[in-house]
Amino acid sequence: MDPKLLDDCVHCGFCLPTCPTYQLWGEEMDSPRGRIWLMKATVDGTLELDRTVSERFDRCLGCMACLTSCPSGVQYDRLIELARERVEEEVPRPWRERLLRKVVFALFPYPKRISFALRFASLPAPGPFRPLAELAPPWRERVAPPMVTPARGEKIARVGLLTGCVQSVLFGEVNKATARALAAYGYEVVTPYNECCGALALHAGHREDGHDAANRAYDAFKAAGVDVIVTNAAGCGSHMKDAHLDIPVRDVSELLAAGNAPELHPLPYRVAFQESCHLGHAQRVREEPRAALRSIPGLELLEPADQEICCGSAGIYNLVQPDAARELGNRKAGAVLATTPEIVATANPGCAIQLAASLRRAGTPLPVVHPVELIDAAITGSWEPKSRRHAP
Amino acid sequence: MRAALPQDALLEDEASRRTYECDGLTGRRSVPDLVILPGTVDEVRAAVRLCHAHGVPFVARGAGTGLSGGSLPVAEGVVIGLSRLDAILDIDLARGRVVVQPGVTNLAVTKAVSSAGWYYAPDPSSQQVCTIGGNVAENSGGAHCLKHGFTVNHVMAADVVLPDGELVTLSRDDSGPDLLGLFVGSEGTLGIVVSATLRLLRTPQAVRTWLAGFESTDKAGDAVSQIISSGILPSAIEMMDSLTIAAAEAAVSAGYPKGAGAVLLVEVDGPLAQVDDDSAAIEAICRACGAFEMRAADTVEERARLWKGRKSAFAAVGRISPNYYVQDGVVPRTKLPEVLRSIAALEAEHGLRIGNVFHAGDGNLHPLVLYDAAIEGQSELAEKVAVKILDLCIEAGGSLTGEHGVGVDKACSMPKLFGADDLGVMLRVRDAIDPAGISNPGKVFPTPRLCGEVPGPYRVHPLERAGLADRF
Ligand SMILES: Cc1cc2nc3c(=O)[nH]c(=O)nc-3n(C[C@H](O)[C@H](O)[C@H](O)COP(=O)(O)OP(=O)(O)OC[C@H]3O[C@@H](n4cnc5c(N)ncnc54)[C@H](O)[C@@H]3O)c2cc1C
Ligand code: SF4
Ligand code: SF4
Repeated sequence: MDPKLLDDCVHCGFCLPTCPTYQLWGEEMDSPRGRIWLMKATVDGTLELDRTVSERFDRCLGCMACLTSCPSGVQYDRLIELARERVEEEVPRPWRERLLRKVVFALFPYPKRISFALRFASLPAPGPFRPLAELAPPWRERVAPPMVTPARGEKIARVGLLTGCVQSVLFGEVNKATARALAAYGYEVVTPYNECCGALALHAGHREDGHDAANRAYDAFKAAGVDVIVTNAAGCGSHMKDAHLDIPVRDVSELLAAGNAPELHPLPYRVAFQESCHLGHAQRVREEPRAALRSIPGLELLEPADQEICCGSAGIYNLVQPDAARELGNRKAGAVLATTPEIVATANPGCAIQLAASLRRAGTPLPVVHPVELIDAAITGSWEPKSRRHAP
Repeated sequence: MRAALPQDALLEDEASRRTYECDGLTGRRSVPDLVILPGTVDEVRAAVRLCHAHGVPFVARGAGTGLSGGSLPVAEGVVIGLSRLDAILDIDLARGRVVVQPGVTNLAVTKAVSSAGWYYAPDPSSQQVCTIGGNVAENSGGAHCLKHGFTVNHVMAADVVLPDGELVTLSRDDSGPDLLGLFVGSEGTLGIVVSATLRLLRTPQAVRTWLAGFESTDKAGDAVSQIISSGILPSAIEMMDSLTIAAAEAAVSAGYPKGAGAVLLVEVDGPLAQVDDDSAAIEAICRACGAFEMRAADTVEERARLWKGRKSAFAAVGRISPNYYVQDGVVPRTKLPEVLRSIAALEAEHGLRIGNVFHAGDGNLHPLVLYDAAIEGQSELAEKVAVKILDLCIEAGGSLTGEHGVGVDKACSMPKLFGADDLGVMLRVRDAIDPAGISNPGKVFPTPRLCGEVPGPYRVHPLERAGLADRF
């Protein structure tokens, strides 16, 4: 690990209040400041990197709230990535964890396998897989946008939509809505790459795998001759942006903001927007999705309290740290429900799954959608939240 | 402890204990034998009672943002962290009071009442993270203390676990000596606050913040003196010099005037008519003193933008220097320009950059001595320079600390400000409440172990001579 990156931390503690694990347990070693301190100690050799240390890194959600709250510009994203890589190399895990991680990584990056596994998710799952089964949304038919969707009106650019692994299986509708909405705003949308971009692997300490997948995606988009790569899953977006490709990467909301807005039909609903950590904290895209939602006539945008705190989804976190994830999910559901919304919008598939599961547990299964689905509905003027089979 | 407290309240493994080895003064470290995170007041009492019974020293800790080593653990002692006691117990707006547990953050108090038109006035720059327990212990202040006073002016009562485990309530309404006043600012040496009743203020009708750019700190300092002597009492007057402006720009793009050698932030609050009057006077004074750019902000968002650079200045310095040392001293307002020039001379003499960011209205300086710990000898040099700055403050007729406390950092400087009799009296008070000397020992008062062979005018206390107390 790079000691220079570690030295940026001046131990001021400004990152503590927005760290979800510090909120949960109030323990220094489960705060960004504490984790960085442990990284320092293992790097300068005064502390051994063993399970008691690596567990602290495992418990980090990678939500990047600490990136936003740190005034000293500490690159915690880089730090935790490097720490996780070291952990995977140096610290053996107990068999249960190894097994779970193996299964997760054999499953998630592969759309076909997720789709297959979902058919069995309603069957009783053995111990370590129970959280996986608990979260799993009902199986559904896979749908995908066309290979090419022509721009409506004057074409601004040719954009390549990353359809993603989890997104393409569970939220094919979101991909279709994204393509339609972008087309209506003046973009020609193509979908040359339908695999995992590597975000999940990278965030779990498999850095090489993560970079390889991002490069494969890049090659496909390059070959398709796109001007911009567009993502609608915040986690994938932040990963692709971090890969420093020579094709610009944008979140769908950023393109909407720069596009030619068509006339929108009113959607008279109270919509709570939950910022995804990887959109707000990691990509610093905050205003654009809100602006998109506000542009819909009649829509009332609601901001739940503690917006900056993670919902507990965080990549595979809700699978490997189920208790903490469930507690954070409950808190998030409480904050969202306090705004008395009719619809909940969030810009990441993991957050959508987690929010939906948490709202179900709270006994209030509201529809959870991607903001772009509302834009799409406002374009076509056909939105029937009550009749639609929502979930996940 | 295992028998008396739940398992999850005890942190025993080495890695966990390591993360508690220091506060914001990272140069001083000591790994505690045990960290206790009580979840209830009873658990605090149980822990303190056991410490008392076995003569084990304990150190209270809030968020660990202290800058004077106040929550530095004692080797072979325990740390009692109050982070889990973070409930707001009661909000009584009719009386303008809240009752909070010690682990509640300063900002959380204001957040809980702001929608109803109230706020908690003391606002340390660390307010988003520092705790009310730590604020009470340090008598913390902030930018707005010029008009509204420090923590001590806003704590109405406190429940305190004394060093023998007894729980007492100290209140402003008590007759007799002001024991609550004694406790506030005692830096954890008299026991542990387990709840505090705080006074709230009504959000003022109008607030206006002025940002003024000056060529030099001299000119800005001149404006400060004139504003105060004109009879206006702004809620805050803050100054930053070119180095800290640069750091804040790098961190949060504060948008401060380009090329400024100093900026002033002046804020006035109160009824709109008065704010308008004061504002006009402030603008005239600043311009007369050479302000080349002035901006005013009224809305919460715009004011926050002006304040952002100031609020993150300390931490932002981390971007332009690997390490820095925050000093905290007080000088009479009229001596500001003179002391700033002497500090600049120290900078030239020792080759370390020094940034200045301070509560100019009440002469509370926060010089930041920048250094690189990786360079042999620089840490020591920085500490030496910081001590020299403090000497300058005392010579100018000021004081050792405005708000960061004495802790371990300034214990050895105490004899420079206080005579042997003063220190003796303070020690006797401490002895009366903590005869065993187990509550945050080694802080505030100079000890031979801390200050080397020449501890200043330290005298053996009668209790020590009698063998009843020997920890100082
Ligand atoms: C970036 C930065 C900016 C700062 N700006 C300011 C500022 O503007 N003004 C200012 O005044 N300070 C400032 N500080 C210093 C610090 O934030 C304050 O001293 C604060 O009150 C400490 O609170 P804490 O919860 O972090 O306490 P800690 O650092 O954990 O402890 C401080 C002291 O309080 C004692 N203590 C803690 N909790 C209790 C309790 N419940 N009962 C009894 N004793 C207790 C500890 O033993 C210790 O002696 C700043 C610090 C930083 C890092
Ligand atoms: S990434 Fe999130 S969970 Fe991890 S240390 Fe930062 S704030 Fe805490
Ligand atoms: S990560 Fe940033 S905010 Fe957190 S303690 Fe370090 S410097 Fe402060």
